[in-house]
Amino acid sequence: MSLLVGALRFELGLSAPKALVLPLHHAPPFPLYLDLVYNSRMRQGFLDSLNIAKQCKKYGLSLWQCPQFLFMVLGVVVISSSLATYFIGSRFSENPEMVVLIVLIVAAVLITIGFIITQSFERLAEVVRLKAEFISIVSHQLRAPLANLRWIIDLLISGKVEQVPEKQTNYLQILRENGQRMEGLVSDLLTVSRIESNEFLFKKEKASLAELVQKTIAWLDPLARASNVEVKLSLADNLPEALFDPFQIGQVVENLLDNAIRYTKGRGSVSVTINRKSNHLYFEVTDNGIGISPDDYKYIGQKFFRGRNAFRHQAQGSGLGLYIAKAIVEKSGGKLSFKSKEGEGSTFWFTLPLKK
Amino acid sequence: MPKKILFIEDEPVLQKTFGDALGSESYEIVAAVDGEVGLRLAQSEKPDLILLDLILPRLPGLEVLKKLKENEATSHIPVIILTNLEDVKNIETALELGATTYLIKANYSLGEIVDKVKKALGE
Repeated sequence: MSLLVGALRFELGLSAPKALVLPLHHAPPFPLYLDLVYNSRMRQGFLDSLNIAKQCKKYGLSLWQCPQFLFMVLGVVVISSSLATYFIGSRFSENPEMVVLIVLIVAAVLITIGFIITQSFERLAEVVRLKAEFISIVSHQLRAPLANLRWIIDLLISGKVEQVPEKQTNYLQILRENGQRMEGLVSDLLTVSRIESNEFLFKKEKASLAELVQKTIAWLDPLARASNVEVKLSLADNLPEALFDPFQIGQVVENLLDNAIRYTKGRGSVSVTINRKSNHLYFEVTDNGIGISPDDYKYIGQKFFRGRNAFRHQAQGSGLGLYIAKAIVEKSGGKLSFKSKEGEGSTFWFTLPLKK
Repeated sequence: MPKKILFIEDEPVLQKTFGDALGSESYEIVAAVDGEVGLRLAQSEKPDLILLDLILPRLPGLEVLKKLKENEATSHIPVIILTNLEDVKNIETALELGATTYLIKANYSLGEIVDKVKKALGE
């Protein structure tokens, strides 16, 4: 049963189960409640997935609309009717009309149940669609007022309205930073909803990954300096150009580097390597930061997941960055993964295909 | 004589913020809160630059842009699109219709937008 349900969930494109390690008061805001619903599945294990009534309640469906339950009913009906038909058929073999009638009734029952199941799946698919649409609408609606706020703060800080005392400028800057964090989260959510609804557009062109990485390192230089982290770059000779979307891959590089610097903070260095591996470009960033706990390995790169170590180290972060990075690399035909030792550091790498 | 900027945007908050920001750079700001008024003011006020939002009541921004560029009296005025719509289709359409620049609100600070305005005015 649970296998079957698992397969169906896959077909419907529902999210895979994931864990949420954050304490409750840091739980994502309520629009993401559906993810919490899926998340909670993680901890329950196999036995609970057999508890059909509970499963159905989770989807907000009544028992007679719930696919899991209806499949079980269907199974019971099929088995018992087969047995009954055989039994009746062998007993009343002199009365074939009776047997035909029973078979017809059984078929009608099965068709009805099948119909209800199909409808229930439509409902589930609809929930998934609504969730994506909801995130998209809310994020779009949040963008405008957030930009307004930021500009007003810009204007106040600039002193063009009135000279602002320094103490107040500090507070205004805090306001601005917090606004930017919200804008960042909203833009990540929009990216996620685009990825999930397949509206994510790529503009692939021949470009140099090395150049892109150099630019990104220069761009993140202030953060590296402020965090007292040295960024070393080593490039293989004669790296060929590859076909990718420079803006999107730039986001991936920035995200990986930004993470490496953030979680190394004040401890040393981050090294970036690009070389060629057969028909792939291989990018790798290694830090000697806090590392990732082995318990967290399987959740890394899942939506809204943040490692225990990461959370202890830095409260900020939505847990969307790596999910987005992974999606971008995979849609570009490459792979993204990592290796890590707790307390010693992590290496994140991705590949980009050289052939089309 | 100060240069005149027509700002077509339905949000009063932004009208006020930009009015103050650009006003302090000694530009004259003319405000329009919907597409139709914007189009009318573009003809009567003869601005040096138009800042145009795309989501507007009565006449959508892309229609306003199209009409501005079709009319000989207004076709020479540079138009900067300032919007939250960031899909490729809108950007391409706006640039094809003759917009000077396409700015996504979420990506720019107030100072950067003032710089773009100055640049479009050739300053």
